[in-house]
Amino acid sequence: MMRHIISILMENESGALSRVAGLFSARGYNIESLTVAPTEDPSLSRMTLVTRGNDEIIEQITKQLNKLIDVVKLIDLADSFHIERELLMIKVKTTPEMRDEIRSMADIFRGKIIDVTPTTYIIEMTGPSEKLDAFIAAIDPESIIEAVRSGPTGISRGEQGLHL
Amino acid sequence: MELNGAQIVVQSLIDEGVEYIFGYPGGAVLHLYDALFQQEELKHILVRHEQGATHAADGYARSTGKPGVVLVTSGPGATNAITGIATAYLDSIPLVVISGQVSLPVIGSDAFQEVDMVGITRPCVKHNFLVKDITKLAETIKKALYVATSGRPGPVVIDIPKDITAPHIKVPYSYPDNVTIRSYNPVLTGHKGQIKKAVELLLSARKPIIYSGGGVVLGEASEQLIEFTRTLGYPITNTLMGLGSYPATDKQFIGMLGMHGTYEANMAMHESDVIIAIGARFDDRVTGKLDLFCPNAKIIHIDIDPASISKTVRVAIPIVGDVKPVLEQMLELIKASTIKIDADALAQWWKQISEWQAINCLEFDRSSPLIKPQYVIEQLHEVTQGNAYVTSDVGQHQMWAAQYYKFNKPRRWINSGGLGTMGFGLPAAIGVKLAFPDEDVACVTGEASIQMCIQELSTALQYKTPIKILNLNNRYMGMVRQWQEFSYESRYSHSYMDTIPEFVKLAEAYGHVGLRIDKPEEVRPTLEAAFAMKDRTVFIDIMTDRTENVYPMIEAGKGHHDMKLRVAIGTSTDRELA
Ligand SMILES: Cc1cc2nc3c(=O)[nH]c(=O)nc-3n(C[C@H](O)[C@H](O)[C@H](O)COP(=O)(O)OP(=O)(O)OC[C@H]3O[C@@H](n4cnc5c(N)ncnc54)[C@H](O)[C@@H]3O)c2cc1C
Ligand SMILES: Cc1ncc(C[n+]2csc(CCOP(=O)(O)OP(=O)(O)O)c2C)c(N)n1
Ligand SMILES: [Mg+2]
Repeated sequence: MMRHIISILMENESGALSRVAGLFSARGYNIESLTVAPTEDPSLSRMTLVTRGNDEIIEQITKQLNKLIDVVKLIDLADSFHIERELLMIKVKTTPEMRDEIRSMADIFRGKIIDVTPTTYIIEMTGPSEKLDAFIAAIDPESIIEAVRSGPTGISRGEQGLHL
Repeated sequence: MELNGAQIVVQSLIDEGVEYIFGYPGGAVLHLYDALFQQEELKHILVRHEQGATHAADGYARSTGKPGVVLVTSGPGATNAITGIATAYLDSIPLVVISGQVSLPVIGSDAFQEVDMVGITRPCVKHNFLVKDITKLAETIKKALYVATSGRPGPVVIDIPKDITAPHIKVPYSYPDNVTIRSYNPVLTGHKGQIKKAVELLLSARKPIIYSGGGVVLGEASEQLIEFTRTLGYPITNTLMGLGSYPATDKQFIGMLGMHGTYEANMAMHESDVIIAIGARFDDRVTGKLDLFCPNAKIIHIDIDPASISKTVRVAIPIVGDVKPVLEQMLELIKASTIKIDADALAQWWKQISEWQAINCLEFDRSSPLIKPQYVIEQLHEVTQGNAYVTSDVGQHQMWAAQYYKFNKPRRWINSGGLGTMGFGLPAAIGVKLAFPDEDVACVTGEASIQMCIQELSTALQYKTPIKILNLNNRYMGMVRQWQEFSYESRYSHSYMDTIPEFVKLAEAYGHVGLRIDKPEEVRPTLEAAFAMKDRTVFIDIMTDRTENVYPMIEAGKGHHDMKLRVAIGTSTDRELA
């Protein structure tokens, strides 16, 4: 079951997102994460979807997605050189003794502290999903108040790109 | 020209050339009904249940190739239409269903008769629209018709909030000649390299078979299919949805394939070395158990929908495209090719096929004192000279109609294959008869199915659509009973109704002619009399042998080579049903 990251350019219409989500549930495909936002052209949205499946399943997924009238184009980023990034914001409890340690840990992972209260930090971090996993694993689970992750988005390298 | 929203809907449909709209009024579409009232060009057919409207429009679409158009109100009107929309979706039939919706400002407030039609229909439409801006209305209707009829056809829903059709809000109207949708561009011609490879494989086959389906009907490519098949001299089999696209009485036709297909068609599939699938989608009723499917065959697949290709069965040579131009491209290459078909191998193959044919898998007991359903269909074929439009419901009677009415022309066999919707036959027949008032239209049904949309008998009277209903009355949900006999040791759980109406009286109550027969010798004269009543709908209640089963059959989990055949002719009549 290979992991695939599918990048979709679609019409920025109100129902578009539910068409994609509905397709996955109706056909029993699994969806690990999904991010969506308008592009520089406000009539289009860009969606990044992480899924798993063997070659046959992924082939059906891309064909079925392409069949949706609102989908303009898509690529399976796993097929090419690409860069993936995910955003993490994590809120941790801090005691005076632990503050330094957490700060240096965030530094090592190239994270930034973006909010401070007497008892908490919020750390922001971007990177490939595995890096965020590693950071979360490295800090004391007891100290985590909450963590939010955007789910990965990706872009292919070089001159090719997903556009009209 | 300035028009209000309701007038725009009506005028757009007229400008599109739509003849009939099948519908049922209600609060959310009152403005639309008022606009319909004030014109005569677009004819409205008032059904008795919204399911009937969708099936009637569907029958119209299947028989003509033109889109069927439906109008229903919000809430219950919309939900009643769902079964018909799903029926059209699974068989790729072009429908445009216009549903009323509550006014824009109250959407989402659980307003009176509000349902999320766009949400409910999303999984069973090709596309749907919610119109939020009156200036987009005409364009949306054009888009809906374009999407419904192009590429792989399918139903499209347009949900129109009531305030969009309000009488006092007028905008300039012009109907677009055509539309383009940047995200929707169906592929039509096939890839040249793939076609060349396919032709080479096809010409070097030793045991080839052509397996064609509904795509040939939908793509109006019957003529091309016939020329292609005759040029090659190969055997051809059709799916249930493809029947009629190749003449059933032609010597190269070896019958339907699949669960209730012929022995020879299924054996030929199983033994073949090259299969060309043309507008067919490897449905589970066709393939049987996938692991056992056509073990030696290399498969070529032509389909306009890439998602149909390699969905359940991996194929060697996929060709995405419209069947008509692709077959034309192939024919050209075949005629120009230097590869010679191995005539000896082909003769051997036909010899093998004729041995399978000799089993005579569709033979039935012709000396029974009871009416055999197969005999009724044979007689229907003779009385109508094979020219009737035949609609059906779902069950054993459907399979017998498919097996014994030898369809020689496309679009004459109108049935719900993918969804298998009981209740389809009668309203569909009304839609067909409206499109072809001078042709014979027969509805082959069963006493259970017919009761699912029986109310449309009233519609048939109102619009004078004289159809002939052949009710193969076996006093059982025969198809269910057959499965229970084979797989549940004859425990006939709820496959029988103790109270079946007197159909003759029922037909008469609806203003039609009702006839009842129970002897084989009555079949022919009764059918002749019924079809002679050109201007009457005739309901013929035909008491058939209730123990009869559909043979041959591939049972669940079996392969094509493992069909259940009729044991011995003559045993079924005396068989007692527990
Ligand atoms: C009780 C019951 C029993 C049944 N038993 C059988 C049986 O024994 N045998 C059988 O065959 N079926 C049987 N069916 C029907 C079965 O369920 C399917 O509906 C049927 O097999 C599908 O037919 P098809 O493959 O031709 O596809 P369709 O559903 O007709 O689909 C058409 C295909 O052609 C493609 N297409 C459309 N337009 C074009 C074009 N212009 N160019 C190229 N491609 C195009 C579409 O993308 C699609 O893939 C039964 C149904 C019922 C209810
Ligand atoms: C709406 C709907 N409900 C249930 C079924 C399941 N089903 C398939 S065939 C059948 C029995 C049909 O009986 P009848 O119309 O008498 O036809 P027969 O098989 O006896 O010819 C049933 C219940 C269905 N196909 N459609
Ligand atoms: Mg019955």
